[in-house]
Amino acid sequence: MSVRVQALLKSPWIFHLSTGSCNNCDIEILDCLTPRFDVERFGMLLAGSIRHADVLVVTGSASRKCIPRMKQIYEQMPKPCFVVAIGECALSRGMFIQSYNCPLPIDKIIPVDVYIPGCPPKPEAIIAGIMKLVKKTEEGLKNKQAV
Amino acid sequence: MGRTIVPIGPYHPLQEEPEFFKLTVEGETVVQIEVQVGYNHRGIEKLSEMKTFDQSTFAVERICGICSTSHPFAYTQAVEDIFPVEVPMRAKFIRVIIAETERIHSHLLWLGLAGHFLGYNTVFMWAWKLREEILDVMEILSGNRNNYAMFKPGGIRRDIKPEDIPGVLKKIDSIIPTLEMLKKAVMDDPVLHARTKNIGILKKEDAINFCAVGPTARASGVKRDVRKDSPYAAYDQFPWEMITCEAGDVFDKLVVRVLETFESIKMVKYCLNKLPDGPIDLNFKDIPPGEGIGHIEAPRGECFHYVRSDGTNRPARHKVRAPTFMNLPTYKATIIGQTISDATIILAGIDPCYCCTERMGVLDTKGNRIYSGADLLLLSQQKTENIRKQMGVK
Repeated sequence: MSVRVQALLKSPWIFHLSTGSCNNCDIEILDCLTPRFDVERFGMLLAGSIRHADVLVVTGSASRKCIPRMKQIYEQMPKPCFVVAIGECALSRGMFIQSYNCPLPIDKIIPVDVYIPGCPPKPEAIIAGIMKLVKKTEEGLKNKQAV
Repeated sequence: MGRTIVPIGPYHPLQEEPEFFKLTVEGETVVQIEVQVGYNHRGIEKLSEMKTFDQSTFAVERICGICSTSHPFAYTQAVEDIFPVEVPMRAKFIRVIIAETERIHSHLLWLGLAGHFLGYNTVFMWAWKLREEILDVMEILSGNRNNYAMFKPGGIRRDIKPEDIPGVLKKIDSIIPTLEMLKKAVMDDPVLHARTKNIGILKKEDAINFCAVGPTARASGVKRDVRKDSPYAAYDQFPWEMITCEAGDVFDKLVVRVLETFESIKMVKYCLNKLPDGPIDLNFKDIPPGEGIGHIEAPRGECFHYVRSDGTNRPARHKVRAPTFMNLPTYKATIIGQTISDATIILAGIDPCYCCTERMGVLDTKGNRIYSGADLLLLSQQKTENIRKQMGVK
């Protein structure tokens, strides 16, 4: 498993899943790929298909119609993988907590590794969050090898 | 010839939002299209009724991240329409500045995405690089890159500091040469001409019949713009031009949006230079019973809000009609008969925003029943009958 995780960290490919968000977080994720922030310098690339992706980036407050599709997409993803929840809606549903169409927070539906708060988080925060994930996992792998 | 069904979505690399298109193709030609939406429905109209008038401004801001000025703008106008109030001139000018800056960023965003859909990523990168400067301007003016939170019923929340204005003007001036370059590059590019000219033509009569709004209608030669037709805020205080084209294909939609960006820059510069002094807020407390409407020109077209007050501090009913709701049916006129490879740019041509559109969803958790208009009417009539029976009224 650890070799696979190590290979994944070199160049994590991202799949972006919007589960009923207001577009802001989605646009900030796309913003990360454009010249000012240029997330490709860390080897991150937006993958077209979930079967090519290593990191699942989830935004939005999980509307009822999206929940079964979200589970299906998570099952199709090659493991090991990471899940990153971006924005207040994905973390705790934010202001949609009383909505009749948003019954569950995302981490009750699929396991989440990293939470990036903000409405929407700045591209800097998104990059910092994903880099933290990469660094932590690398450290974990090193400690495991040392033992 | 045999027919093939090409499903696009709901999760696909084309657009960020989930939506489902079912294209029926004969060979390469699209003969039928079916659009399914409802993945983004969050029940904001209902949520808005649970919140106070002031809090609802933030709720409607989260309808859509790209038009996060248009919805609060229309909503505050609807609340101010309930009883006669006159918003201070300075607040009106600042509202126009924020709305027009948003239009610049929204049109640049669409231009970039259109390039991306065509497989022309250079346009995508250039347009989005330019857009960052506009987001910086927004950050100086309102403190946020998106979700500006500048509006409140009766005025605006934050003032523009006089010492910020020269910096903002300098920043806006600095993007004009790059924007000119981008305009020339886009309008004279033979590749873009080949991909967008005579593709997805929306004729003028079709645009009128489908009630298209915004740049989609203006590209087809329909002179329809809320800013000119029923001027609100400060749009009647300064001269500006309505941009229209004739052909109605994707290229004309592109031209309209690019030229509108220049108009918006002119308006923002005028407003910043001629910003009047005075208060920015009326600070009214109570809202009497009554109903009001507000409609404004969002980057995608006319955005309409209806608010009914029953004298409490919460809206009794809040109705939203977003521009994409009117523009979506034009697919029927534009996409039929085109090739499947052009489908992506035609679908993106109206600048669709599905999270704005999805204001009502009907869902049956057991089966997959979808209610049609007639079914809903029947349900509504049955409910009235039941209420009448309960109350004993004939």
